[in-house]
Amino acid sequence: MSTYIKNFLKFRPLLNELVARDIKIKYRRSVLGVLWTLLNPLLMMVVLSVVFSNLFKFDVENFPIYLLSGQVMFTFYSDSTTSAMSSILGSASLIKKVYVPKYLFVLSRVCSSVINLLASFSALILVMLAMRTELHYTIFLAFIPILLLVIFSLGVGLLLSAITVKFRDIMHLYSVFVTALMYLTPVIYPMSILPDWMVAVVSANPLTNYLTMFRDVMLNNTVFGMGSLVIGIIEAVGALAIGLYVFYKSQDSFILNL
Amino acid sequence: MERREVIKVDHVSMKFNLSSEKFDSFKEYVIKSIKGQVSVEAFWALKDVSFQVYKGDSVGLIGLNGSGKSTMLKTIAGVLKPTKGTVTVSGSVAPLIELGAGFDMDLTARENVFLNGALLGYTREEMTRHYDDIVKFSELENFMNVPVKNFSSGMVSRLAFAIATIGVPDILIVDEVLSVGDFRFQEKCEKRIQAMMKEGTTILFVSHSIDQVQKICNKIVWLDHGVVKRFGDAEEICNEYRGS
Repeated sequence: MSTYIKNFLKFRPLLNELVARDIKIKYRRSVLGVLWTLLNPLLMMVVLSVVFSNLFKFDVENFPIYLLSGQVMFTFYSDSTTSAMSSILGSASLIKKVYVPKYLFVLSRVCSSVINLLASFSALILVMLAMRTELHYTIFLAFIPILLLVIFSLGVGLLLSAITVKFRDIMHLYSVFVTALMYLTPVIYPMSILPDWMVAVVSANPLTNYLTMFRDVMLNNTVFGMGSLVIGIIEAVGALAIGLYVFYKSQDSFILNL
Repeated sequence: MERREVIKVDHVSMKFNLSSEKFDSFKEYVIKSIKGQVSVEAFWALKDVSFQVYKGDSVGLIGLNGSGKSTMLKTIAGVLKPTKGTVTVSGSVAPLIELGAGFDMDLTARENVFLNGALLGYTREEMTRHYDDIVKFSELENFMNVPVKNFSSGMVSRLAFAIATIGVPDILIVDEVLSVGDFRFQEKCEKRIQAMMKEGTTILFVSHSIDQVQKICNKIVWLDHGVVKRFGDAEEICNEYRGS
């Protein structure tokens, strides 16, 4: 165990460099640069809230905020897992030549997504201020569902990246899966419009739980219950454990399949 | 005086499965498993290789193409895990395997210095300290803010060599790299390697140029189809290799 920690500490600077690279490459040659991490969710929200408050009317108080908060959480999940999935394949040339702990590539992608998440979270706060929504003290608890979601996504990312090395199909399949998952998460609609049997399906989705916890503290001025917190922790830790297990089991054969 | 053993290669065998067992898609995997076509066509790139390297040695690996030299280096560098046997390495390893593999073509040379340094396990402070030295050695003073994708291959390898040889690593792995760059730069590289040897760095050297090997190495491992054919003093084996 201590050798793992030592190894991690030795390569910690690499994690910083990889994250910095991701961010730099993403916004190189764009005029507004990093500002796009803030602008992107804002513009997205404008489009969605125009569409959904005119075409499909949901009975939700303060719909743009409801939508944006869902958007912030779900975009993080889909971004981080999708980019983590291809991280091992994308670093093939490096992995073949130099010894580097391979989980770092996955971790760095998730970390870059966390930076984006922080930006879009700030965008959410800005919008809430602009729309004169009441800000409650419970907002300070928002870090709990966010942290759990990050751990959960890291686990899923590790699992996906390891499987993708062997079966490239996953890449194509996963984008469809994410789209389906978005409709199985109450991002754009409220839970109340669902028929009973759908409520059971949507509630079984771990993301629903994190999102509900997030909205509770952000919008509803309530603190999530102990039950959903425990379930959230179990799901996050479980996903991470499975991801790590599969990753460690298969990482020595990565190089043979890259 | 007993010298410290820095690399111990103990009965190492490395098996590769040839392409018949490599699937890119799940469908292929299922179909082939059902048809019973998952034939494992094994290829042993290394067979029961053993040798030891002591501190301060410079060991040349020679052999024809496909004799397992690069596989051997990769197992020592920790990139490949041997199928059988163990490789024990004590100390820091600076791999020079294919220069520039760690570069991101979209980043500038300056940014790549730090990225590549981190890949080799250096902190940002250490890299800042070595930065001027790297720029000077690679002679790229005017190009540090240019994206590496606009570099010529010679410039890339000069930069990569300068980064990989900063500080004094315990073990330096050199794989065919001295064939890059012009004559003058090659000489500069050789000088630097020799300076590192004086500091006590152990060198593992792969080259097809037997003269270069003889000039740098004092010990030689001669691989032939994955088997150690000879292991011992450079002089003697070089002559024998030339004769074969």
